[in-house]
Amino acid sequence: MSIVLRLAWRNLWRNRRRTWLTAGAIAFSTILLVGWVPIQFGAYDIMINATLRVFPGHAQIQRPGYQDKQKIRNTINNAESLATSLRGSNPLYTGISVRAQGFVLLSSGTRSYGAQVVGVEPKHEGGTSSIPGQVKEGRYLSSIDAQEIVIGRALARNLKLKVGDEVTLLGGGKDGSVAAAILPVVGIFKSGSNDLDRFFSEIPLHTFQNIFSMGSSAHTIVIVGKSVDEQTKLISALNNAISDRSDVIVLGWEALIPGMKEAIKIDKVSGFIFLGILIAIVIFSILNTFLMSILERTREFGLMLALGSRPKRIAGLMMLESALLTMIGLVIGFVIGTALVYWAHVEGMHYPGVEELAEQFNLPDMSRIYPQMKIFNFLLGPITIFVATNIAAWIPILRIRKLEPVEAMRTI
Amino acid sequence: MKGQSLSLLTTLGWRNLWRHPRRTFVILFAIILGVWFMIISAGMMIGIVEQQLKDTIFNLTGHAQIHHKKFRDDPAIEHSMSAPSKELLAVLNSNEVKKWSSRIRLPAVVTSERESRGVTLLGIDPAREQGLSFIGKPVVAGRALESIDDKGIIIGRRMAEKLETRIGKRIVLMMQDKNNEVADRGFRIVGLYQAELEATELAYVFVGLKTAQKLLDIGNELSEISLLTDSRKDLESLVTSLRVAAPDLESMSWQELEPLVVLTMEFYEAFMIYWYFIIFAAMGIGLTNTMLMAVFERTREIGLFQALGMRPSYIVGQVLMETLILLIIGVALGNLLGWFTTDVILANGIDLSAFAKGTEQFNMSSTMMLTLRTNDLMQINILVILLGLLASLYPAIKAARYIPVEAITRT
Repeated sequence: MSIVLRLAWRNLWRNRRRTWLTAGAIAFSTILLVGWVPIQFGAYDIMINATLRVFPGHAQIQRPGYQDKQKIRNTINNAESLATSLRGSNPLYTGISVRAQGFVLLSSGTRSYGAQVVGVEPKHEGGTSSIPGQVKEGRYLSSIDAQEIVIGRALARNLKLKVGDEVTLLGGGKDGSVAAAILPVVGIFKSGSNDLDRFFSEIPLHTFQNIFSMGSSAHTIVIVGKSVDEQTKLISALNNAISDRSDVIVLGWEALIPGMKEAIKIDKVSGFIFLGILIAIVIFSILNTFLMSILERTREFGLMLALGSRPKRIAGLMMLESALLTMIGLVIGFVIGTALVYWAHVEGMHYPGVEELAEQFNLPDMSRIYPQMKIFNFLLGPITIFVATNIAAWIPILRIRKLEPVEAMRTI
Repeated sequence: MKGQSLSLLTTLGWRNLWRHPRRTFVILFAIILGVWFMIISAGMMIGIVEQQLKDTIFNLTGHAQIHHKKFRDDPAIEHSMSAPSKELLAVLNSNEVKKWSSRIRLPAVVTSERESRGVTLLGIDPAREQGLSFIGKPVVAGRALESIDDKGIIIGRRMAEKLETRIGKRIVLMMQDKNNEVADRGFRIVGLYQAELEATELAYVFVGLKTAQKLLDIGNELSEISLLTDSRKDLESLVTSLRVAAPDLESMSWQELEPLVVLTMEFYEAFMIYWYFIIFAAMGIGLTNTMLMAVFERTREIGLFQALGMRPSYIVGQVLMETLILLIIGVALGNLLGWFTTDVILANGIDLSAFAKGTEQFNMSSTMMLTLRTNDLMQINILVILLGLLASLYPAIKAARYIPVEAITRT
């Protein structure tokens, strides 16, 4: 061990209590940072995945312009064969399904409500949407040409419908004709999103195509990938796959739900500002310790100067001391913080009352947040603190250069 | 402690504080920053909730509503109620109620030449909606509804885009009338309204109250009565008198109508306390450390005090008083800075319109207003001072336990 390092280490333990308190302050803020960032990013993951998994998927293939104006005429021809050719062609796709969408008036005996009706492939819809798994009463659609319908819970309540009741659909077909059908309700779902539960119904794709005179066309092909992280790869793979079809385009989730990305941006920015201020408070809080550990040793520095140490060397010693001190705090905080996050990662964090809140914000099931375990998320906080405390230590250190040995030795 | 000794302690504390001005300024700065941060974050969180609450109340909810008993569970035409009785009118027209209005509010389907959508039709009394709900003064293009038998319809700006229609065009409203027959009628769009949220614009279309009643063939019947009082608090007595005046109807305050908003508010308020503790912990450690240092370097002096007969409780008092002065200065300046930030610098709110789609996703307005409430400020100030004193108790007791002879002989 070099002499400077040994000096620094011993100096640190001349005032144990102060060292521990300072290290404690650093450890505390490290715990916060190590916990905060992964939890924040974990929450985004949940938010994005949960929202995308309910219905929109990670990407969709559509006709240009369909996203802005969802007209029934704006269809993809031979949608099912396109979807079949995509399936299995790339391991990036974990779910692909074809959908057709329209607006209808749903009527039960005495009630009528406007609703969205979606034609889906029952066999594949489970891979791209969580709705099939959220049927609370009855069952999901059985086959691609079955004459049946599943509807949202709030819609069912408004229409006074139970499983087994019949409902009338009335809307406009692709060719402008009247599209009408009577279908039995086989299932009622609760997706967690108020909007979907109030305005949504699903029927098999071929049944939809018959009712709405769509032939073999559909409106969207929904693709779900492994995770949001592989979005860029997913999009470019899809773009390659459809390069021979000039009539369709690929839209990623950012284009499908533009609000989501901005919402996350707001939260990220404000989160970082909040963290920044908190770190500033911690730094001012521990600045005094650094300041004192130098000021109270004015005499000692005077002596060292008189004995021929150059100010640079003393400053180096002080830097080393504060770096060591910071490291002690960082290591303690990092270990505790990581342990907490890991525990939360395994167990999932639960905030009471958050389900109701999530529903209000149209976020499905956010009741458990699993912090994102990624190196960057963990190191971001500690590095910030290390840099910040070392900059803070500079302020008192600069004083050393101005010290006059004789005067310094006289101070008490 | 007697008054005289208290003033002695104050003098001692004050002077001790300024022995190391630099150190005092640093910790003072940490305290000010902490208090300021608590105030700002409280202002933001409460501001968001407050905004949501105001929007909810203004978004056709009001402070209280009266419905047919089954209407809220099942908003259908057969659950309409008759025009207010004499007793109910007496309560509605009393001084307690500032404004009230009756409405038709029923689901409908609106069809343009190209598109159709499900909406909620509101039949309103335009004059009475002034100041009661957002539709009182919302029209961005065309004209507002002028009377209860206005023949026109007003739809949202973004609704017009979705329907690919515009002012002057006709759209068809389809709904169920009293006899469960489908009633439909064409309306000419006379105006477009704008609301903060797209969801609102897509949800409601407005026609005159009488026009709606005629279309539905329900005479004078209504869906709801909404009212506004002077304050959104203490509505119990009013709601009770409404219930007494109209026992066969359901009268509810906004808290009962919108339990989720109340829940959000409670969630944020509980969260604030945790947040205060986190911020305090960040500055409390520094406070303990600084006081500990101050006591430590005065070991000799404290020993001397004790040798001269000062009781340990006075030593504790001395350190606590020093902290208290520090905290009071810090809290006062923190409050001043907090007030300056929220009420002067950010008086017009934080403009988030660059993230408009994101705020929409959160049902938030695109301008974030900061709200300072007296009881939040009180909460912060009391918390900081009490916890601050608690944090300096350890150095204080430490000082009181010095053994005089040992302390004096220490260099």
